[in-house]
Amino acid sequence: MIPAPVWRNFKDLQEYERLRQQRPEGDKHSALFESVTEGIHSFPGGFVVTTAADAFLNWARKSSVWPVTFGLACCAIEMMATFASRFDVERLGMVPWASPRHSDLMIVSGTVTIKMAPMLLRIYDQMPDPKWAVSMGSCANSGGPFRHGYHVVKGVDRVIPVDVYVPGCPPPPESLLNGLLLLQDQIAHFRRTGKRAAANPKVD
Amino acid sequence: MTRPQAASLISQHFGGAQVQGDAPFVVTVPAEQWQSFARFAKDTLGCRFFSFSTAVDWKEHGLELVARIDNLDDGVAVLMKARLAPGVSECPSLVPVFRGADWMERECYDMFGIRFAGHPDLRRILLGDDWVGHPLLKSYAVDTPYPPYR
Repeated sequence: MIPAPVWRNFKDLQEYERLRQQRPEGDKHSALFESVTEGIHSFPGGFVVTTAADAFLNWARKSSVWPVTFGLACCAIEMMATFASRFDVERLGMVPWASPRHSDLMIVSGTVTIKMAPMLLRIYDQMPDPKWAVSMGSCANSGGPFRHGYHVVKGVDRVIPVDVYVPGCPPPPESLLNGLLLLQDQIAHFRRTGKRAAANPKVD
Repeated sequence: MTRPQAASLISQHFGGAQVQGDAPFVVTVPAEQWQSFARFAKDTLGCRFFSFSTAVDWKEHGLELVARIDNLDDGVAVLMKARLAPGVSECPSLVPVFRGADWMERECYDMFGIRFAGHPDLRRILLGDDWVGHPLLKSYAVDTPYPPYR
């Protein structure tokens, strides 16, 4: 079967519905893959294989998180510094990529205005699943100092689901780096159930 | 054109206007003379440079229009003001006089809801077309939740 939409996203729901109507018998390859996986899992001792496969896939996922090049405000300057050679997130497998179609992560770095929010949602929709979002800085977390402005979305989690919140105004590159490491830790516990890993309380 | 000459010209043509200072001349005119005074300042005082136009919300005393125009050659500057009556948001436009007032007045309409009569293209410029209300009015609740992102 085509996997059900996981995140409450209107666009995803529409796409799911369209795919389901196009292929009412389901996605044969996925179904085959799933039956094989289930078969292996139910085999005595098979869970070792499936969990090992999950761990391997999660290792691959977390080792190549490509953030989409998307800067909104002054936090983007710190984000650029994080991507640059001094802090060098490329050693963690992160390459800022200039296309949402090839990206896994969106770092919302800055104030989200009501006029910008539909564009942000559109870029997020263009990213392929599985995808993650980091809310960087006070503005993206809660609206920050502009919370009471008439044009500010009071936290980007009202627009897209967020995995890691990085506090600070702006967060220094070390802070963002810590957030990205926490995100990698979450990705390492990603499960095919589609449920997100619980927020990791461990902070260095 | 010197400043005393400009002052005498203003008092000659617009005797009812209230003038303070001379750098810039702060001229308060009735709202119906808003456009004719701008025309006079451009043609007679040589203030050909339109600097800005905005408004002030004085709550129950009504709105006040503010515009600054400059004569850059002779150093004569005019800050023209006009009070609108309480509850009134209609005003003549300056666009027929200064083409550059177009976007300024669109912003003024966007933020204060002032309808400029004679403006060629009066619609919102900064906020979305579906926005409700005019946020720089004092009566606008600051934390008004916007429907999709409450």
